[in-house]
Amino acid sequence: MAEIQSYTMNFGPQHPAAHGVLRLVLEMEGEVIQKADPHIGLLHRATEKLAESKPFNQSIGYMDRLDYVSMMANEHGYVLAIEKLLGVEVPIRAQYIRVMFDEITRILNHLMWLGAHGLDIGAMTMFLYCFREREDLMDCYEAVSGTRMHATYYRPGGVYRDLPESMPKYQESKFRSKKEVDRLNEAREGSLLDFIEAFTDKFPACVDEYETLLTDNRIWKQRTVNIAVVSPERAMQLGFSGPMIRGSGIAWDLRKKQPYEVYDQMDFDIPIGVNGDCYDRYLVRVEELRQSNRIIKQCIEWLRANPGPVIADDHKLVPPSRVEMKDDMESLIHHFKLFTEGYSVPVGEAYAAVEHPKGEFGVYIVSDGANKPYRVKIRAPGFAHLSAMSEMVEGHMLADVVAVIGTQDIVFGEVDR
Amino acid sequence: MMDFLLSSWDALPPTVQYLTITMFKIVIVTVGVILTVAFSTYFERKVIGSMQSRVGPNRVGPLGLGQPFADVIKLLIKEIIVPSSSDKFLFVIAPLLSLIPALAAWAVIPLNGSFVIADINAGLLYVLALTSVGVYGVILAGWATNSKYAFLGAMRSAAQIVAYEIAMGFALVGVLMAAGSLNLGEIVRAQEGGVSNWFLIWLFPLFLVYWISGVAETNRAPFDVAEGESEIVAGFHVEYSGVAFALFFLAEYANMVLISALTAIFFLGGWASPFEGWTFLEGTPLAFLMAGSFFWLAAKICFFMYTFFWLRATFPRYRYDQIMRLGWKVFIPVTIVWIVVEGVLAWLRVGPWAGLGS
Repeated sequence: MAEIQSYTMNFGPQHPAAHGVLRLVLEMEGEVIQKADPHIGLLHRATEKLAESKPFNQSIGYMDRLDYVSMMANEHGYVLAIEKLLGVEVPIRAQYIRVMFDEITRILNHLMWLGAHGLDIGAMTMFLYCFREREDLMDCYEAVSGTRMHATYYRPGGVYRDLPESMPKYQESKFRSKKEVDRLNEAREGSLLDFIEAFTDKFPACVDEYETLLTDNRIWKQRTVNIAVVSPERAMQLGFSGPMIRGSGIAWDLRKKQPYEVYDQMDFDIPIGVNGDCYDRYLVRVEELRQSNRIIKQCIEWLRANPGPVIADDHKLVPPSRVEMKDDMESLIHHFKLFTEGYSVPVGEAYAAVEHPKGEFGVYIVSDGANKPYRVKIRAPGFAHLSAMSEMVEGHMLADVVAVIGTQDIVFGEVDR
Repeated sequence: MMDFLLSSWDALPPTVQYLTITMFKIVIVTVGVILTVAFSTYFERKVIGSMQSRVGPNRVGPLGLGQPFADVIKLLIKEIIVPSSSDKFLFVIAPLLSLIPALAAWAVIPLNGSFVIADINAGLLYVLALTSVGVYGVILAGWATNSKYAFLGAMRSAAQIVAYEIAMGFALVGVLMAAGSLNLGEIVRAQEGGVSNWFLIWLFPLFLVYWISGVAETNRAPFDVAEGESEIVAGFHVEYSGVAFALFFLAEYANMVLISALTAIFFLGGWASPFEGWTFLEGTPLAFLMAGSFFWLAAKICFFMYTFFWLRATFPRYRYDQIMRLGWKVFIPVTIVWIVVEGVLAWLRVGPWAGLGS
């Protein structure tokens, strides 16, 4: 009898479960994985290098495109690093808005993750349920920034503009009857804050709905419990962060451990897992959905009570309003300078990290005093998680590879940068 | 004119008459099954659409009813790409091998009390044989494609169908014991006389095993590891396109309709009416509900098709080894135990076996 040989299989880069362009070279014996070798770089866009060639503000939009399912959280890391170098004070209202949108982004990301993870394991209804709620949050993005995905809303010194007083509304058309339009516009009659509040009121029930489909489902449990177990020690050695390390039972969350913005005034809990398997990471992320909802509620309450400026009042950094620019010579000069040359940042280096939905997202900037960064280095959480892929899938079956890719919440925009 | 036709018909030898009538029946059943398949794709997309809070197809024709035909036309005019490293002959023959048994099995299905193409006594064996042959199409497709994804799909499918075939076979032994015949028409007649006589009641565990095995055998969610879209992309038919893919698709859905029909016949009294024996309906306008007819069978098939779609919209997918475990360690013991229980009941003359001759 011939000796059984292991064989290699190319998983991706074009594969429905590869979450983009992951290429995994799997060494398998039958269906059992011996080794998984992730190949990255197929979505490399040289974000870090591009950032060196343009003024600081012009790279904010690139940050959106790193992890393209949690856009504002990426901006936040970059903007925080610049603010650290500049030493600029951010108005308190802007900090609340940032926290609120960070949490909206977290829900966006986790919903996308939950849908994709469900779809990978075969529960396709999850995907559509999650996208139903994502739609509302995308509308919030649109209301503040004008775009649904790549917002470029955070700026050094605050946020681009205050929350709008009215929401865009659906209009009647050949395909949408009056009745349907009225139903869709029901929550959109008031301001953006009213809209978000309506969302936070209904959202816990939606999470319950997701949980009825998955949490106690026997097949879901069979597919996730004891799959890809990572011990707490190993999770630390591998440089895990975010839900990945919390799933292994370590309560590490930058929002609590190194509070930035106004997170120290927020009341929320950090969920942690017990066994460090896919199921625990699933439970952690689902609980984070609920906790984010709590934080958003607190932000709404504060933001309603406290109007004020949302961006620093320093025209060397922040462009003046268009009205000012039209009838004030000095403002016109500021405007022109900021939109051509940008601002110069003092010599130095800074690292700022935020608790990104996927983990610790850090931006390290070295400035040589010019209007462009000398070097930008991005610490993407997904990169560290992906490098643990082989270890996590060893000895599991092919179908579990898909579950592990899902549980790592890989997005190639940030891994490849 | 009419007289002429009738007299020339009478003049034909009986063999030719028989052949003509049978051919006519075959055409009716085949066209019927293919149309059912076409509309069950529409039905599936609408059902799953409403479960997932979306609309489903609604653009082609009124209510989107033209969608199945649009799909067929699209697939017909697409190119069939034959991979250069494949075994060309097997690659082309495989879809046919999976479709033919799915259609041929309809030969013994009694659609109502009198309509059946071939009223043979070994009907149940014939059905078992044909549903087992269907797996060769899948295995050959996976082998001939010469792709690792397709090969994995074929291997999974082969192992899975073998495992579930046994459970199905045992479940049918129970039906055979209860009905005392292998003829599908006789099996239905044995269940006549109202819902309480349906085998569903006395053979409930076997019904569950048979139905779930049926879902597994047709490679439908949550047992769709052979195609496992997110793992091995499309499994055995990953390299098929155009009409060749359409044939696999047709075979899968024809098998679903077949399994639904068989479950209805074996356990839900086939064409028998659920209101049979409700004597108080007699003389009322609703009396027609008591008669067994094809429509009862169609209604039962629709119900089971709906269950197929319902499962698909609800459950995640099993892993391959978990399916095997379920098949070998749960279903087969359940069926064996229930056959023993049934044997004891029959021996003691309880329930439907009360009238058994000594």
